[in-house]
Amino acid sequence: MTTLTGAQLIVRLLERQGIRIVAGIPGGANLPLYDALGQSDRIRHVLARHEQGAGFIAQGMARATGTTAVFLATSGPGATNALTALADAKLDSVPIICITGQVPRAMIGTDAFQEVDTYGMSIPLTKHNFLVRSAADLLKIIPEAFRIAASGRPGPVLVDVPKDVQCETVSFETWPEPGSADHPPEFDAAAVARAAECINRAERPVLYLGGGVVYGGASDHAVRLAETALIPTTMTLMGLGAMPPDHPLSMGMLGMHAARFTNLALEECDVLIAAGARFDDRATGKVAEFCPNAKIVHIDIDHSELDKIKAAHVGIVGDVRAVLEQLLPQIRREPRPAWLERVEALRRTYPMDMPGIGDVRTPYGLIAETARCVDGAAIIATDVGQHQMWAAQAYPVRRPRQWLTSGGLGTMGFGLPAAIGAALACPGRAIVCFSGDGSLLMNIQELVTAVEENAHVKVIVMNNNSLGLVHQQQDLFYGKRIFASDYRVAVDFCAVARGFGMRTADLGATDDPAGLLAEALAAPGPCLIHAPIDVNEKVYPMVPPGAANRDMVAHKAVAG
Amino acid sequence: MSIATDSAAVSALPRTVLELTVNNHPGVMSHVCGLFARRAYNVEGILCMPIGDGTCSRIWLLVNEDARLDQMIKQTGKLHDVRTVRRHPATHDVFVQLEAFFRE
Ligand SMILES: Cc1ncc(C[n+]2csc(CCOP(=O)(O)OP(=O)(O)O)c2C)c(N)n1
Repeated sequence: MTTLTGAQLIVRLLERQGIRIVAGIPGGANLPLYDALGQSDRIRHVLARHEQGAGFIAQGMARATGTTAVFLATSGPGATNALTALADAKLDSVPIICITGQVPRAMIGTDAFQEVDTYGMSIPLTKHNFLVRSAADLLKIIPEAFRIAASGRPGPVLVDVPKDVQCETVSFETWPEPGSADHPPEFDAAAVARAAECINRAERPVLYLGGGVVYGGASDHAVRLAETALIPTTMTLMGLGAMPPDHPLSMGMLGMHAARFTNLALEECDVLIAAGARFDDRATGKVAEFCPNAKIVHIDIDHSELDKIKAAHVGIVGDVRAVLEQLLPQIRREPRPAWLERVEALRRTYPMDMPGIGDVRTPYGLIAETARCVDGAAIIATDVGQHQMWAAQAYPVRRPRQWLTSGGLGTMGFGLPAAIGAALACPGRAIVCFSGDGSLLMNIQELVTAVEENAHVKVIVMNNNSLGLVHQQQDLFYGKRIFASDYRVAVDFCAVARGFGMRTADLGATDDPAGLLAEALAAPGPCLIHAPIDVNEKVYPMVPPGAANRDMVAHKAVAG
Repeated sequence: MSIATDSAAVSALPRTVLELTVNNHPGVMSHVCGLFARRAYNVEGILCMPIGDGTCSRIWLLVNEDARLDQMIKQTGKLHDVRTVRRHPATHDVFVQLEAFFRE
């Protein structure tokens, strides 16, 4: 017979799940849990400086490794601060578990101090959530939370634990099995055969890979499918890394900031094979004009994604890797000279144009030089804005899980804490975070967390002293009326970082920015690298919001 | 969302009755109603009662049949507290018999 408090039970169950690091912030309603956690010699606690930071640290761990990560917050403001990180994880299908403290059961519904309806607020933002009503229920709920977070299409789970449940003692005979992902669903072999037939008959196929391919460990299979049938391949922002960018069949990212040839090739395709992708509007542009002549083969683990945006001619609900495994032997080798030549002609005429790529003082040059300095094991995190899109276009992401970015929610402030999480989960690897001055300010307090943990994180602040992507949209689509996107005070980011105890390198204050960049990236531990960027730099090409993907605005030189 | 059958303002759209079996706890109605609310899918009528020993409840929903109904049924099925979803024609007795209670 084992007798423990609810708080001790949570800690032991987390240990049994294999959790070794949790991020979080304590407060009144989760102090019993923190007291129990302090006694654990297996779990290391990482003290974040904001619960959103803790949530993104957990996301960084989960995104970099694929295993479920945990973070903690107290009731009330702790819980509300955690919500953005949960919403972000929901939209990008990241398995994290948030354990919040709640006021004691008897005080729920009395507007008690730091009481908010955490359960109610988190319903639309999580894959599932629990309000724990007794300590004994934890024996079921904690493993169940891990099972749900990791099964099928992964996602965030919240477990709200009233303070008195944390203190309640519970006795039990046997430990529950740790929760683990369900076996993926059986899928329809006949549908796979129909997909194979559709692909074998295609004249102008395109393979469209989303984050599901990365998460599903299906990148190798997807590349083999492309190579077997010689299918030009594009990736979503979340799918980057599924196929290396220098692969001859890679057309890079599609959609709003794709190379023009990629979007044009999609427009001409007759069969679109969508794998682990959900036809997000940033990828499709105006949906009615996306791949207008294509039959669609759609493979996804989440059946609600099939027929949601585009009707699938062949829809397969299943684990993308297992489906591709079954599909591959049914695929005929196809030389496809006309289509490949057509794609190459489009590529030559409408290539990805990256002006300044040879000059480290430009956005593309900085990103390319960074890639040259770090080894292939490096993990790249980004914030949200122009810098994110430049990095998506120019950074050679070669591996699944090498690229951590907030895709679905587009959350400024994601980058730094996610990078810290990746550093904690993957010690020994270099983590580079491309951030903007606006985004960094949204979770800048986590600089000190990086220092405290001596995380191997290099934050490259691409500083245009502006909300650059907003500035760009106002410049291009709102009659150049720049409003509320220019900062009036220029923050001295190096001084701020030093204030947090972090080393800095200012590429704007040296004659040899490339040398200083290399030096800063090579040194162990955290460092903030300040890179001034011209506020008028734009991310091109760009599909105006709401337009069809063919209608891209581009650099003057290649505007067509 | 209306909380009762709205037989007076009958819309032109055909209707469907959905029968859900759900775990019975205080949050489950929020999960189901919240799903329809945040996807802007009107629920015309709703009924909920515990079944059997009370560990489960049955929820009956009367909804319009528009192009998104299949998507809504899939989304409903994804809720972890929802055990089964069945679809019936609008002529299903459950709401028809209730009409007497909803006359003005
Ligand atoms: C939390 C949040 N608030 C607002 C936005 C809207 N938004 C998108 S990009 C952007 C500007 C980002 O500025 P910065 O981080 O400096 O990057 P830059 O575009 O200059 O590279 C804004 C305000 C957002 N994505 N996230």
